[in-house]
Amino acid sequence: MSALAGVRVVELASERIAFAGKLLADMGADVILVEPPGGDPARGYPPFLDDTPGPDRSLWWWHYHTSKRGVVIDLESAEGRARFKALMAETDVLLESEPAGRLARLGLDYDDLRQVRGDLIFVSMTPFGRGSRNDDAPVTDLTILAGAGPAWSCGYDDHALPPVRGGGGQGFHTACHFAALSALTALLYRASSGEGQFIDVSMHGASNVTTEAASYSWLVARQTVQRQTGRHAAAVPTQGTQMLCKDGRWVNTGVPPRSPAEFGYILGWLRELGLEEGFPDAIFLEIGAAMPKPITYDLIGVDAEATAIFSAGREALALIAENVSAYDYFIGFQRRGIAVGVIYSPEEAFEDEHFRARGFQTAVTHEDLGRSFRYPGAPYQLPASPWRISRRAPKLGEHDRDILG
Amino acid sequence: MEAYLEPTPPAALAGIRICDFCGQLAGAGATKWLAAFGAEVIRIEDPEREGRWDILRGIGPYVDERRGLEFGGGYNNHNTQKLGVTINVRTARGKELLTELIRQSDCVTENFAAGVLERWGFGYEQLKVIKPDIIYVSNCGFGHIGPYGAFKTWGPIVQAVSGLTYASGLPDQPPAGWGYSYMDHTGGYYMAMAIMLALLHRQRTGEGQWVDLACTEAALTLHGPALLDWTVNGRPSRREGQPHSNRNTSPPMAPHGIYPCAGDDAWVAIACRDDADWERLTAAVESTWTEDAAYASLDARQTNQDALDEDLGAWTATQDKFAVQRRLRDAGVPCSAVQTPQERVDHDPDTEGLWPEVSHTAMGRVRVDGLPVRMSRTPWRIERGAPCLGEHNEEVFGRLFGLSTADVAQLRAEGAI
Repeated sequence: MSALAGVRVVELASERIAFAGKLLADMGADVILVEPPGGDPARGYPPFLDDTPGPDRSLWWWHYHTSKRGVVIDLESAEGRARFKALMAETDVLLESEPAGRLARLGLDYDDLRQVRGDLIFVSMTPFGRGSRNDDAPVTDLTILAGAGPAWSCGYDDHALPPVRGGGGQGFHTACHFAALSALTALLYRASSGEGQFIDVSMHGASNVTTEAASYSWLVARQTVQRQTGRHAAAVPTQGTQMLCKDGRWVNTGVPPRSPAEFGYILGWLRELGLEEGFPDAIFLEIGAAMPKPITYDLIGVDAEATAIFSAGREALALIAENVSAYDYFIGFQRRGIAVGVIYSPEEAFEDEHFRARGFQTAVTHEDLGRSFRYPGAPYQLPASPWRISRRAPKLGEHDRDILG
Repeated sequence: MEAYLEPTPPAALAGIRICDFCGQLAGAGATKWLAAFGAEVIRIEDPEREGRWDILRGIGPYVDERRGLEFGGGYNNHNTQKLGVTINVRTARGKELLTELIRQSDCVTENFAAGVLERWGFGYEQLKVIKPDIIYVSNCGFGHIGPYGAFKTWGPIVQAVSGLTYASGLPDQPPAGWGYSYMDHTGGYYMAMAIMLALLHRQRTGEGQWVDLACTEAALTLHGPALLDWTVNGRPSRREGQPHSNRNTSPPMAPHGIYPCAGDDAWVAIACRDDADWERLTAAVESTWTEDAAYASLDARQTNQDALDEDLGAWTATQDKFAVQRRLRDAGVPCSAVQTPQERVDHDPDTEGLWPEVSHTAMGRVRVDGLPVRMSRTPWRIERGAPCLGEHNEEVFGRLFGLSTADVAQLRAEGAI
C-alpha cells in the first residue's frame, strides 16, 4: 500500500512547485495538476522527444509530472472558479506558487478555500515568503541561488572567474523539498488533530538554510567562507581535492588520509602498481602505516614527521591518479577502505552497475507512443509502501472528464 | 525559560519518539526537522569515544576562544532541540538500555556506514524482535544494498559519484562542484521525508519498515530532464561545451549568467526568460550595443551568448551589485546580487526570522539556521541548542526507565553510559 494512498493533492501548474507534486505523487498521492486553457508554459521546455517540439513531447514535462493526472480549469472565469472550489472540497493538500496576490484577487486564497474545506492543508511557495516587499520581483533558479548563498560558495580558486550556479534546477528543488516536508508534517498533525493549516514556504529561505558552513560560520564566528575549486568554500584556504586521472577524467579524493591503515593501503597499492621505486617518500608512508594512531590536524605543519607523512599520503594519491583511470581509482581506493569518488556525468552515474543493481532505472510506459522509456527512480526505498511512477505525465486536459465530470 | 503570554501552539509531531544515532549533517539535519516540530529526538552517543564519531562535535567555527567537544558550531547548528544521552553498546548493560529505549520508540534512525548497527546486534531483524512495528531508517552514501554497499562517502564524494559535481562548472575548467555538502543537507531532507512517509504508512496499517536511503540515489533524482535527454534521445551531458551551468537551456534563456560588478569579488545574476524580459533589460541598460541584430531574438541571443555576456558584463562591471539589482528588478527583469553570508544574514529583510538564537548549555546564546517555512497552526520551535555529551542522561533515563540519580551515577561508574 502506498504511503499516501487516499491523499488528494491539487497542484496549480508552475515550474517552481512541480517537483513537490512529483515527490507526493510518486509516493501514491492522487495529485491533480490544474492547468489554464492552452496549457502551462513548461510544456514548451526543451529537451523534446526526438528533438521535435510539441505540447506532449517535453522531457522536462515528462519528468516533473509523473504519476499525476491533469485537468484544465480557467480560474479567470466564474465557472472555472466554481469548478475549482468543488474540486477543493474533496482535496487534502493544495500546492501553489502563483504570482503574488493572484489567488486573493480571485477569491481562492486560504481564507476562501478553508470555507469549502475546513481541514485543508494549503502550501504556498513564493520567492521570498508571503508579504515580502519583493513579492513582485521576478525570479529564476539562477537568481534564487545567487541571492540565497549557494552561488557565493561555488566556483573556482581563481576569483576572476564568476561564482557558479550548480546545475539541475537545485534552487527550485530545495524549495520543493521544504514544501513536501511541510505537507507531510501537516498530514501527520491533521491525522492526530483533524486540523489543516496554511504553510508559507520561502524559496529564498530554503536555499539560505542549505549552505552548510557558509551561514553558520557567519552566525557563529563572523567568518566569511571563500569559494575554492571543487571543494568546500572555507574561511581559511584548504588544499585541492580533485585530481586528474590517466584517462583525462576527474576524481574527488575527499578527506586526506591520516590513519595508519590508510597509509598502509596506499603503500600497498603503490607497490602493486610498481610505483614505489620511483617515489622516494614511500618511506613516510611506511612510517605512517606503523603509527599507533591517526595524525591529528593540529600536528600538520607543526610536527615535522607528521607533516611529512601527511604530505607523502597526498602525493601518493596524485601519483596513483596519473597511472590509473578515474573509475579504477574510485574502485581501487574504495575497496581499500578509502573514501574517494569518481566524478561522473549524470548519465554515467545512471548507467553504473550499483544503481542498476538497486533497481534505480525505472521503466515508464507511454502507451500513446507505444514505447517505454527509462526514468530516474526512487530517492528512497520504502519496501512496505514503495515509491512508484504510476503513470506518465498527463496530456492537456486528459482527465477532465474523469475528475470534473 | 522565557514566559509566554500566548498559549503555546501545538507541536505537529508531539508524541513521536526517535531513537537517533544520526550525526554529521546528512543524518542530523533530518532529525533537526523532526525535533523542531516537537518530536522527541533522543540522540545517542558513544561515551568511550566522547561522541567524536560525529566529526562536527569539536570543530569550528567557534563562538569564542574555548575549544573542545562542546564547542563545535556546526554540531550545535544541526542538533537543536534534541535530547542527548550516552550509551556504551559494547557493554551488556548498555545493550539493555538501548533495547529498552528502542521498545519505547517509534523510529530508529542512523547514518553510519552500512552494517554498523548490525554488528552491534541491532540490525533490522533484531529491531523487529524488540519492537515489531519499528520504523528503521538508514542513510548512507550508497545505501546498504548493492555492489558499493561497503563503500564510504562524505558529502563531496556523494556529489562526485551522482553527477552533481560534474554538472556544476564552466567550460574548459575543472568541475567547480558544490562549495559545500549540498547532498548532506538534501540527503537529510529525503531522510526526514522518508521517516514521515513511514510514519504515515504505519498510522494506516500498523506496519513498520526498514527504509534504505542512499544519498547518491537521492542525488541522482535531481537531474531529471538531463537524464531523460540521455535515455530518450541518447544525448549525454558529457559533451563539447558542457557543463556551462551559469547558462540555461531548459527553458532556454539569454542573457543568463553571473556578471562582474564594481568592488572586490562582487557579482550579479541576470536572467532574461523571454523577449519581453529582454526588452525590459534593454530599456534599463540604455546602451547602443543592445540594438545589435545579433541580439534581436532569443535564438540569436543564444547563438551569440559569449559576445552578449561580454557586453552585459561590461555594463555591470562599473556598477554596484545592489544598484544593478534594484534597477533591473524595478524594470521587471529577474536579477539578484550574489550575496555574501554577511549580506544575506545581517542585512536582508527577506531572511528575517530565519536565524533563531538558541541557548546552548556550554556555548551560551548562538544563532543557527532556522526553517524556511511558516506553518500557521504548528510553527517550528528552535530554542534549545545541541545537547552536550550525555546532557540528558538523568532526565531521559529517569523519565523513561524510572532510574534514580544514584542509578544513573552507577551506570556511569560501570561505563555503561
